[in-house]
Amino acid sequence: MMTIFEALADPTRRHIVDLLRERPRLVGELTAQLDISQPGISKHLRVLREAGLVNVRQDAQRRWYELRAEPFSELQTWLDGFRHLAAAKYDRLDRVLNELTDEEPNDE
Amino acid sequence: MNKLNVYAEPGKQEIVITREFNAPRDRVFRAHTDPALVAKWWGPASMHVAIESLDARPGGLWRYIHRSDDGAEYIHFGVFHEVSAPERLIYTYELAGMGGGPGIVTLTLEERDGKTAITETSLYPSVEVRDAVVQSGMEGGAAESYDRMEELLNTLA
Repeated sequence: MMTIFEALADPTRRHIVDLLRERPRLVGELTAQLDISQPGISKHLRVLREAGLVNVRQDAQRRWYELRAEPFSELQTWLDGFRHLAAAKYDRLDRVLNELTDEEPNDE
Repeated sequence: MNKLNVYAEPGKQEIVITREFNAPRDRVFRAHTDPALVAKWWGPASMHVAIESLDARPGGLWRYIHRSDDGAEYIHFGVFHEVSAPERLIYTYELAGMGGGPGIVTLTLEERDGKTAITETSLYPSVEVRDAVVQSGMEGGAAESYDRMEELLNTLA
């Protein structure tokens, strides 16, 4: 099975995810928005479903495609370590800049 | 609040970081090009950084060495391509031994009311290299968290 990263490496699938971020949608809407044939959209939706990014909700004759929240919070976690390092680094830069302010009278 | 934003969209080759500093931009710029200042903040806090070279002019080299407590060395290096004080800095970035090729980092500084907003965009040669950079941060970030936890536990003992 494809990982969420592989599934989202494709620009069309990222576009689908962007559209689903706004609200759940029917295949027909996605086909119209993206100007891709219905079989093409269905193929991309299957990949997104298999990667666990998208759910289908059956409502009478309609099939609504919607995003699942869990994988996106996983992506958040994936970035957290990097964010933590960058935050710590720039907090230190803050202190360096404060010291520069304090030193200023001596510089002149 | 000096809020930090980090953007690394899946499937893209970029990492974008934005942050605001309570200082005029010539100082923020200087903190990126003066070796004595860079040594005080660059890289993970858990390691000592030695600024081996920092020649901030187009074509000038930079090379920083991190040493962890257990003696492991990490060599970060690159070349400056644009040094336009105080608004823009463009340089390549590579971690020796990681492979995959260098990233191109564009740092822009904008001043507003005595504060400076920076945008640091790093563009890597492939999604794989970009992900590896984020991933190394994940491991480093976790390591730092554990260090802090250990410190905390020591104070509790």
